[in-house]
Parts: sequence; C-alpha cells; structure tokens
Amino acid sequence: MAQYASILFSMILVNNFVLVKFLGICPFLGVSKKFDSAVGMGAAVTLVMVLAIAVTWPIQQLLVAWNLEYLQTIAFILVIATLVQLLEMAIKRFMPPLYTSLGVFLPLITTNCAVLGVTILTIDEGYTYPEALVAGLGAGLGFLLAMVIFSGVRRRVEEAEPPEVFRGMPITLISAAITAMSFMGFSGVIDHLFGM
Amino acid sequence: MAEKTTVASEPTLAQTFSKGLLEENPSLRQMLGLCPTLAVTTAVTNGLGMGMATTFVLVCSGIVVSLLRKLIPSSVRIPAFITIIASFVTLVMMLVKAYLPALDEALGIYLPLIVVNCIVLGRAEMFASKHGPIEAAADGLGMGLGFTISLTLMSAVREILGAGTFLGVRVLPSFIEPMIIMVMPAGGFAVLGVLIAASVWIEEHPRHKTRYVRKKVAPSASLCAACPINCGIGDPTDEQCAKDEFVEMLEAAVEAARRDHEEAGK
Repeated sequence: MAQYASILFSMILVNNFVLVKFLGICPFLGVSKKFDSAVGMGAAVTLVMVLAIAVTWPIQQLLVAWNLEYLQTIAFILVIATLVQLLEMAIKRFMPPLYTSLGVFLPLITTNCAVLGVTILTIDEGYTYPEALVAGLGAGLGFLLAMVIFSGVRRRVEEAEPPEVFRGMPITLISAAITAMSFMGFSGVIDHLFGM
Repeated sequence: MAEKTTVASEPTLAQTFSKGLLEENPSLRQMLGLCPTLAVTTAVTNGLGMGMATTFVLVCSGIVVSLLRKLIPSSVRIPAFITIIASFVTLVMMLVKAYLPALDEALGIYLPLIVVNCIVLGRAEMFASKHGPIEAAADGLGMGLGFTISLTLMSAVREILGAGTFLGVRVLPSFIEPMIIMVMPAGGFAVLGVLIAASVWIEEHPRHKTRYVRKKVAPSASLCAACPINCGIGDPTDEQCAKDEFVEMLEAAVEAARRDHEEAGK
C-alpha cells in the first residue's frame, strides 16, 4: 500500500507534470485564467490520463510479445486520439450534465503532450498495471493542482502593471517560475514520509 | 509600404525559409512547442540536439504531407498527418539511440513527444498541406532552424548561469558560484519569460522599428485544428490572441450547454 501512496504523492508533488516535468504547458498557460475552466480542464486531463494508461499498458505488453516495440509512439498516439474521441461521444450521449462541465475540454486533450507523456513514462519506469494506473491518477491530480493554484496566482497578475515589454506572456511565465519554485520545496518530502 | 510588399506577390523560397528564423519564430513569437523549449534546455548539447531532431521531423514530414496532399481526404487529414509525423519521430528515435546514446539518455521522454509538438502538426496543417514539396521543405527547414536557434539561446543562458559552462567547457571564473536555480524547472520558466520580453523589447525599440515592422501572420483557422488550445482564432501572434477569446468561447459553450440541459430538465 505504501508503494502506491508513494507513487501517487510523488507524481502530484515531487514530479509535478506541469511545474517540474514541463508537460502540458499549452493548456496550463492557455486555460488557467478562470478558476472554473482550470478545474474542468484538470479533471478532464485526469480522466483521460487514467483511461489512456488503462488502454496503452496492455497494448505495450502485446507490442513487446510481438517484438514491435518500435511502434510504441505511433500506436500510443493513435489509440489516445481514438479513445478521446469515443469518450467525448459517450459522455455527450449518456451523461449530458457531465458533458457541460467536462466534455467540452476533451477535444483539446487529443494532442496534449502530458497524456502521451504519462503513458510512455509509466512504461519506461517499468510499473506494474495497478502501479501505472495510480501513477496516471497522480499525474492528473498534479496537473489539476497546478492549474488551480496558477489560476489563483494569475488573477492577481492580471491586475498588476508590469513594465510594457513584460505584459502578457513574459510576466505569466515569470509568475509560473515562482510557482514552480514553491514546488521545489517538496523534493525529499516523499522519501522521508514513506521511508523509501 | 511594408504592407504593400507583403500582399503583392507570392513569397519567394528565401522568404518562405527565412520567416521562421525571426519574425515567425516558433517558440519566441508564436509560443508553440513550449514544453521542449522549457524541458530540455538545461545544457546546450541537449537544446541543439532537440532542435536538430525537430528540424529533421519538420522537413521530412513537410515533404511527405505535401506530396500526399491531394490523396488525403480532408476529413481524416489530422490522423493521417499524425501518423506520418509519428513515423519520422520513430525514425529519429532509432537513429539517436544508435548513434548518440548520450543524447538519447538526456532527452529521454521528450524525444517521442516531438509527435505532439504543436509546431510540427501546425506546419503540416497550415503550410505543407497547401504547398508543393520544395516550398514545404524550405518552410520546415526555416521553422526548424528558428526553433533550434531559440532552444540553443535558451540553453546557453541556462547552462552558463546555472553550471558556469558552455558546451561542457568552463567559461565563468571559478569564484562565481553557479546559480543552480537556472537549471532547475523554475529557472526554465523565468529565462523563457525574460527572453520573450527581450525579443519584444528589441522589436519595439525605435532604432529597429523601421526594420522589423510587426507583420501579422495570415489568419488561418486551420492552425487551430492543430494547436492543443484549439482557440478558433488562428493567429497566435494576434494581440488579442487566441487564448483570451478561446476562454470566453469556452465559457459561452459551457453556459449554452448548461442552459440546454436546464431546459431539457423542465
């Protein structure tokens, strides 16, 4: 059990996908202006990450069995694109209330590097199936946490008046740097907590 | 004056090539492909390697997409482009693994992630699918080199300040303590922010104003199909860019869907 908790929390805090691993920067900078959109996007990414791992992990075992490991990248990206499309249709058809809060974000996730990144990462780390699913959940929750924190930071930044050339993207990136700095404080915490 | 010349004729091959270097530079101007720009630029060799790998994929996928542009039905073009791009990324991965194992180790997961780099899909969708193979190759080479230049610049700043070395050779005198923060994630965000601000400053500077007239990228809704933000404006350099309007659109869509749902409930 401790090993799952360790994977989960290290994915959320120490190896935070956005602020430490730099995956999913585009949605992080693009959709973090409003709290509601940030939460919706974060939740959608979490859902897709877990489902994508649930599908790609078994596929990797097949590829290994057939000596086709070099097809990993092509296979994963196509499977993820199909999965997201199907998920969107299913949610729209069967769960309209969920579609209003989550579904509209799904088409944005297809070519998101965080989703492809987490599937390849769990394979590289050699996780077992349950471990990989927990890692996916942790990566998604870490993305959600970063989005929510940053949407709060950003609301303040929008009201500030930086020098002319720093308006817009530069000041946003610099506030992201300060947010990332706060996450550096977590490295080492997990090792102490779980005695790994 | 500048406007007249840009509208007047088809751009020459040299213009197609050179626009990616500065005025439409992918990372500093269009803000595309920020993930690798931030992630791999801790050392100059990594930035350079990543830039070259991306350039190779850009040129090759550009040529193939352009050759197949009349055969691919438009309804399945995005999956088709992704498959073409993924094939070349796989090729690059194999080459790097075989001949540059140290670089493969350093780039790690970011090498396969070239597939989802919005620059590559963006150029396939916006340029290669509408032009001949030679123009597509020139465009891919220009964009790729522009990306390589900004990655190299960024990694040079981070390596010199963060480790005191350039290409592994010590350049700062030993009494200057390296700033480790520069090679940490936080330093990546800060250096990119300052570099973008610097590029705006250079462009807005009165001395340069006559030379670099701020040109707008032709609005094209198709770029958005490729961009993960899918904003629908199609012009990443637009001042009231993409992202603001995108969020508004998103909120309007959520609101409309919510209203529909409530009405259905009644």
